[in-house]
Amino acid sequence: MQSRFGFSCCPVHPSGYCYDYALCLSLLCLSFQLPSLLLLSVPDRRLSKPLAIAISCLSILVALILWQLLASQGILGKNFPGSLKTLEELSWWLSDPFFDNGPNDLGIGTNLLISLRRVLIGYSLAVLVAVPVGLLVGLSQVAESSVNPFVQLLKPVSPLAWLPIGLFIFRDSELTGIFVIFISSVWPTLINTAFGVSSINPDFLKVSRSLGASRFNTVFRVVLPAVMPNILAGMRISMGTAWLVIVAAEMLLGSGIGYFIWNEWNNLSLPNIFSAIIVIGFSGLLLDQVFGLLQKRFDYQA
Amino acid sequence: MVSMSSRASRPNPAPQAYPEAQIQVEGVGKVFAADPGLLGSLRRRRPSGYVALDNVDLRIEQNTFVSIIGPSGCGKSTLLNLIAGLDRVSSGQILVNGQRITGPGPDRGIIFQNYALMPWLTVLGNVEYAVQTACPSLSRGQVRERAREHLVTVGLERAMHRYPKQLSGGMKQRVAIARALSINPSILLMDEPFGALDALTRAYLQDEVLRIWEEHRITVVLITHSIEEALLLSDRIVLMSRGPAATIADVIDLPAVRPRQRQLIEQHPDFLAVKQRLEEHLLRETRAVEEHV
Repeated sequence: MQSRFGFSCCPVHPSGYCYDYALCLSLLCLSFQLPSLLLLSVPDRRLSKPLAIAISCLSILVALILWQLLASQGILGKNFPGSLKTLEELSWWLSDPFFDNGPNDLGIGTNLLISLRRVLIGYSLAVLVAVPVGLLVGLSQVAESSVNPFVQLLKPVSPLAWLPIGLFIFRDSELTGIFVIFISSVWPTLINTAFGVSSINPDFLKVSRSLGASRFNTVFRVVLPAVMPNILAGMRISMGTAWLVIVAAEMLLGSGIGYFIWNEWNNLSLPNIFSAIIVIGFSGLLLDQVFGLLQKRFDYQA
Repeated sequence: MVSMSSRASRPNPAPQAYPEAQIQVEGVGKVFAADPGLLGSLRRRRPSGYVALDNVDLRIEQNTFVSIIGPSGCGKSTLLNLIAGLDRVSSGQILVNGQRITGPGPDRGIIFQNYALMPWLTVLGNVEYAVQTACPSLSRGQVRERAREHLVTVGLERAMHRYPKQLSGGMKQRVAIARALSINPSILLMDEPFGALDALTRAYLQDEVLRIWEEHRITVVLITHSIEEALLLSDRIVLMSRGPAATIADVIDLPAVRPRQRQLIEQHPDFLAVKQRLEEHLLRETRAVEEHV
């Protein structure tokens, strides 16, 4: 295959793939970075909010244009969809998101709701377990010593490893999804809560003790509010994990937004996969922002 | 000597009228256990811990203002924590109002150096929490009324609905004072309450504490580093020796001049003599601490 851009120095892969596409791609990316590199050399000024938003929009626009250019040149592979094709598909999916033509032909919104439902149920159960257990672990050395080995052992296990166990126990994809979400999102909240309790300002506890507060009073009126920022930080990380895991898990479960991607892969419809990725990204962003607001509300320092 | 007429302004009888001390510290020692480590605990070996206090004897009469002063690290705060009941004595005993103490109680209000205000509660909420916890039988309205009353005492009625982070250090400590007084304690324990404040705010708060104390006349135990602070505020100054195994080196009664002004302690010969004595002691002890490596 002839080198399209005339970089004759570039080798050619035996399959015929010309590496100068890759070189060209890197150069393009680099040129895209140049303005921001220039900005680094100037003292950073605080951007006004509208300007910051405008720059973000511009950056997205540039990325979309680059994507379209690269795709239309065939650099990313034959028939790779450009941004225009993807946005067209996305707007089609969003124009009627909630249709239901049988299990393999659901609207993207319907699939998203299925996934959200699983995440919210599994996640809520996880928080309901993680916060009290975390408080207990932080307050009692006995609880810490007995729970710690499980946390340390199970936390690093990939959530997908639990899928077969869930399927065997529940014989139901819905419950299995919830179970996997539960087990993957329980750890960050638990660990953060326990850490928050153990790093609580000892003066608060001294004050409540000196007032003759009962243990119940101390836990609910001092410890719990004091660790609220840690709990929320843990819940935020847990929500992120849950949203990551559900997509992977659903590829094997047969419904939801993850399965949608798997299904479109079988249909070899990359624009639809990109549409799903964009929808997943925005949903994750929204969920994260909710916690951002909550954290701001419970930030006692600022 | 100053005339006794200034005594007449006291609402309560002079402290000497109470033969029985309100706080009796009898032969108290405090040893902080060292961590024996895993192997040590398996062998059941107990390493000798750090002896913070050794054989401390102290009597504090009702309605007196007592300052405890000593070189840093001498166990002043440890002693205060023991009196507060936040920590347990290793030997000896402490009696408050004739009763051996086993833990903290609302008869003793505590003020910490770093205010220890709960940042999720407003100023009013912080004081209300104290009242509610110490006196669970009060109704919500009564709790609020009492909290309000004490905030008025410290001059913070207009900052009632603010959060601690919106207050200056001096205001925060005034909230802490209001909180400590709101449970009507018979003893107020202050652990270097003005240590974190700048000099001007500190002077203002010292005057505030004097004023409030003149009104309430309860027993106060103040831990401090500052000789001037001790001279300005106290009836009696307790000097501690350096740690480890710190004990009480001396107890000095100050001339009973009340109300006290700053100029007075700078000019009055008795105060100057005490000041010199304190300086010598603290300098000697601090030098010994610093040169003992």
